[in-house]
Amino acid sequence: MSAVATAAPPPVERVRRRRWTSFILPVFTGAMIFYLASPVFLMVLYGFNDLAGERQVARFTCCTLVWWRQMFELPDLNRALRTSLTVAFPSAIAATALGTFIGLVLGRYRFSGRAVLNFVIFLAIAIPEIVLGSALLSMYVQVNEMRPFGATVPLGYTSILLSHISFSIAFVAITVRARVQGLDRTLENAAQDLFATPAVAFWRVTLPLILPGVVAGFLLAFVLSLDDFVITNFVNGQTDTFPTWVFGTSKIGVPPQVNVWGTVLFLAGVLTAGVSLAQAYRRRTGRAA
Amino acid sequence: MAGPVSDERTAVVLPAEGPLAPPARQGERTLERRRRAVAYLLLTPGTLYLALFFALPLILIIYTSLKSGGLLSGGGFRFTWQWENYTDGLATYGSFYVRSVVYAGIATVACILLAYPMAYWIAFYGGRWKSALFFMILVPFFVSFVIRTVQWRFLLGDFGLIFGPLKDLGLLPQDFRVLATPLAVIAGITYNFLPFTALPLYVALDRIDRSLIEAAKDLYATKTEAFRKVVLPLSFPGLFAAVILTFVPATGDYVNSSVLGGPNTTMIGQIIQTKFLVELRYPEAAALSVVLMVGMLLIALLYAKALGTEDETLAAGAGA
Repeated sequence: MSAVATAAPPPVERVRRRRWTSFILPVFTGAMIFYLASPVFLMVLYGFNDLAGERQVARFTCCTLVWWRQMFELPDLNRALRTSLTVAFPSAIAATALGTFIGLVLGRYRFSGRAVLNFVIFLAIAIPEIVLGSALLSMYVQVNEMRPFGATVPLGYTSILLSHISFSIAFVAITVRARVQGLDRTLENAAQDLFATPAVAFWRVTLPLILPGVVAGFLLAFVLSLDDFVITNFVNGQTDTFPTWVFGTSKIGVPPQVNVWGTVLFLAGVLTAGVSLAQAYRRRTGRAA
Repeated sequence: MAGPVSDERTAVVLPAEGPLAPPARQGERTLERRRRAVAYLLLTPGTLYLALFFALPLILIIYTSLKSGGLLSGGGFRFTWQWENYTDGLATYGSFYVRSVVYAGIATVACILLAYPMAYWIAFYGGRWKSALFFMILVPFFVSFVIRTVQWRFLLGDFGLIFGPLKDLGLLPQDFRVLATPLAVIAGITYNFLPFTALPLYVALDRIDRSLIEAAKDLYATKTEAFRKVVLPLSFPGLFAAVILTFVPATGDYVNSSVLGGPNTTMIGQIIQTKFLVELRYPEAAALSVVLMVGMLLIALLYAKALGTEDETLAAGAGA
């Protein structure tokens, strides 16, 4: 910022004008960060709200830990959280396994179906959730009616899991694709020159190189599954996940425990993202040194 | 689907391949071919899954939309080419589509007006804090969006945290309200979809070569001119990606309108949801959904035609 230090300082008038206007954008960005975070502050705060009833109200009275102590006291909420987690883990694992190879091949090879596959991936990301959710429900209903090869998809855990894998694959694929496109191809050629079989070259060279992309894809798939409301709401039958349960209670008032659990999941997410960001940063600086 | 393409050609077409790959030797080529065969093999389960659980449902919903009958009364649905599902649906609910498009359009414009200056400042002046600052913007989105939307209801409530004190001070009339108005729904959509706008914009702005701006200034462009003639056009891919990733999902949104809206702000998503999950009138609901799908498909095709589907700004937006 020290314009004085430069060899040939620009005219004084121009410096002064830039000083004044240079505050607009940072202040605006700060205000935006505050605006974006405001519901999160509120959520954390309302987890400590000392209120008489058992539903969140606008009035805030400081402060109690009773909701934190009673965070496991709502059986329906516990069940919904358990469903959310038991869907998110296998969904993220399956989507990562399936999506990684799509991303890898899309980022590297040309083949006749490539443009189509790229468009499908793009579509899977841009499509309104309600369209995919209603389409999946229509299909499950149809399958349960016709029972092709005796197959049925019970609406509940199974249909939720199948649907979550479906919408997560595309996100994993483009995360990995972006990583693959930035890769140095010569490393794999070197592995081949050193007589590595394709399988060995993949495990020892390619996979470690794209691993940051794969991990990012997994985390993304996990968060997407945990947070999904619209598609889940269509295909879940009578089974609730955390978001659908919260939405259900929002009509009559959200119990404060929801804010407690929201805070817990938020902290877990920030911590995981922070750690993986720090690791990525360390890797980058380590390589530069 | 694996078309045989020579290694040399691949090396020329794909930028990731490195500019000058040496001509492949015989053994290397065999290995390359084998590795590629393995890759295709590994690609198969994923594409198969997408075919079964993404493409097939989107086709089947068209089939469902042409059925007639009732689940509860008519003894199940039968396929009868029931085009009335479309004509009746559009006649009855056309205005809800218009409203959804208008709300989503206004919210998209608002998102860009809010996100562009922010992304610009972080990308150009964030310095070493760039990543940290951008992380700050994404952090709130680790909270489930249902919870965030519910909190907005407390913020925007008639006697909530914002308007309650203002009314107590007499700065606002007692019957002033935002909740249950279009403003609340649009504000909610704007808030919830902002990261989908901010990320592609940020990536597009961040990758602009700074020397181009220096060059513009060397050619006596003012700061404003340099922005208008260099930065802005170069950020267009990000802008388009932002528009599509915000506008398309926002049009189908129904959480904001049902949590923050009122009886006069119903969006098409709510109609589809109610018909599917409450009234169990699948064919009619499916027809409404197909209309939405076709509209969105056209927009997506236009975008893909203009800019392709591989731009990294799009990948960035998906990361949101």
